[in-house]
Amino acid sequence: MDVKIWTYIIVGLSFALYIGIAIWSRAGSTKEFYVAGGGVSPLANGMATAADWMSAASFISMAGIISFMGYDGAVYLMGWTGGYVLLALLLAPYLRKFGKFTVPDFIGDRYYSKTARSVAVVCALLVSFTYVAGQMRGVGVVFSRFLEVDINTGVIIGMIIVLFYAVLGGMKGITYTQVAQYCVLIFAFMVPAIFISIQMTGNPIPQLGMGGQLADGSGTYLMDKLDGLSTELGFAAYTSGSKSVMDVFAITLALMVGTAGLPHVIVRFFTVKRVKDARLSAGLALLFIAILYTAAPAVSVFARTNLIETVRDRPYSEVPAWFSNWEKTGLLVFEDTNGDGRIQYVANKEQNELTIDNDIMVLANPEIANLPNWVIALVAAGGLAAALSTAAGLLLVISSSVSHDLIKKMIKPDISEKAELVAARLSAVVAVCVAGYFGINPPGFVAAVVALAFGLAAASFFPAIILGIFYKRMNKEGAVAGMVVGIALMLYYMVKYKMGWLDASVPPKEEWWFGISPEGFGSVAMLVNFAVSLVISRFTPAPPEDVQQIVEDIRLPMGAGEAVSH
Amino acid sequence: MDEKVQKAQRYWKENLTYLAILLAIWFLVSYGAGILFADALNQFRLGGFKLGFWFAQQGSIYIFVVLIFVYVYLMNRLDKKYGYDQ
Repeated sequence: MDVKIWTYIIVGLSFALYIGIAIWSRAGSTKEFYVAGGGVSPLANGMATAADWMSAASFISMAGIISFMGYDGAVYLMGWTGGYVLLALLLAPYLRKFGKFTVPDFIGDRYYSKTARSVAVVCALLVSFTYVAGQMRGVGVVFSRFLEVDINTGVIIGMIIVLFYAVLGGMKGITYTQVAQYCVLIFAFMVPAIFISIQMTGNPIPQLGMGGQLADGSGTYLMDKLDGLSTELGFAAYTSGSKSVMDVFAITLALMVGTAGLPHVIVRFFTVKRVKDARLSAGLALLFIAILYTAAPAVSVFARTNLIETVRDRPYSEVPAWFSNWEKTGLLVFEDTNGDGRIQYVANKEQNELTIDNDIMVLANPEIANLPNWVIALVAAGGLAAALSTAAGLLLVISSSVSHDLIKKMIKPDISEKAELVAARLSAVVAVCVAGYFGINPPGFVAAVVALAFGLAAASFFPAIILGIFYKRMNKEGAVAGMVVGIALMLYYMVKYKMGWLDASVPPKEEWWFGISPEGFGSVAMLVNFAVSLVISRFTPAPPEDVQQIVEDIRLPMGAGEAVSH
Repeated sequence: MDEKVQKAQRYWKENLTYLAILLAIWFLVSYGAGILFADALNQFRLGGFKLGFWFAQQGSIYIFVVLIFVYVYLMNRLDKKYGYDQ
């Protein structure tokens, strides 16, 4: 059967599955809508968190980006996994014990102030909207690439699917579809990775194959071969990077702390029953994420080696079929500038004749490895699962910020449960439409901002939550000042050094503060937030007694409150 | 009542000790072995990997997973010891 038919069958089946689950798990109460009723098992929550977390970017683009960055790709690998250690140890158990529905809930109650709650709502919306616009675009791109529809049509199909199960099922529907989506995406990622690993190194485990010897019996290690090929073509050796140590450090820290501060990740830990379940599900989530995150760098090495060997000095007339196939999509572009009929792929920009899109490393893998057509279709279903699951998680944060934090807690506290549920569903509809609009008409800055959503989360939520749990004396004045200064500083740096709106053009690297790129600046803004919070709180009154009691309570895994009533 | 408060404080202190140890390891493998000392460690090898590179792209992730499960084990034991388990 041809690829297109297989793609329709497999993608169609996976969508039918998601919709079936959505109908089965409709939300009947606000508790079900916001936190899936609070009774999700740690295993299901771990899988759902992993799917929520891994976006189209993780699934499709990451391995490709790393294959061009070499060692420097470690900032993503460590940055997007190490944050779970912070989540599991410093946040998840205590926020679960606190037991409310949203992150602004915690900030608002712990800092006994509407101002704090409003600042938190604004931060949550800012972070989630920038992030979700990129996801909807991702859905459109995947659809257009595999089903050969227009990108905008793809975005609309994606909107309808997400609308259906997010509006109907709320967190409950999203959780169980995410479990299914995790299974689809991890299977789709690992099958081609395993086959390619066997072909290149004879080892079925990609993580080991990456450090193994080539299957050709030469006894050469794959990594040594790749280092050799890279330097021969004038690139840096694959195992050494080109970013400064300071910048690698700062970016990794910003991504880790940002991960731990992202509302759509944190809120997942409100859905389990007990504090110990929150801890365990954080561990399981990272385990499920690590399967993909340790295989991705292996895929990067395989794909990079394969690519260089295929194209290096080869006459253009002799390239394999997959090369010509992907040329048609514009992801591979060959320009024979010196007219010798051979492909020159080198670091020197003037002599280089081949332009390669990051995404091709994962997308073309099944063809490079000569895998059957159903595997290619599976990769399409996997990419869609990754994009849809993340978009749905973000949309839920947006809709609960509006219906719960804004309407219920601030505008109309006497709203009935039923009306609040209607409001939640309506805000989900509005959020999907706004996200879809940005997916179809992406503002130029969205791509730049998505990477910086982590910086914003690091600069705003992380310090306020950590201090709220670990420092009893932290008061509303300190927390609010810290969040406002942190996020303002991050926005300023982004606008100045990433988008260049304050100058005639984007200022050069040399002007970066401490040599830290905008991607890594979240770690500086976070430290400033901590410092401002601590200093201001010293000069302002301590929080009231009952708030200090809340802090005591969340530190214990079970009812200090219940114990008093005995 | 006083005894209850003391018990809670002892529990919190032990928890903080665990956190300090686990986070120190978290920092050492990622920021230490994977970034600050990666060049030095690259002189050593683990099969086909240079050691610093391995920590940066593989090893630190495995250790992160192990750290969380060790934390889960330690905290469950601590909860039992203080009678805070549900």
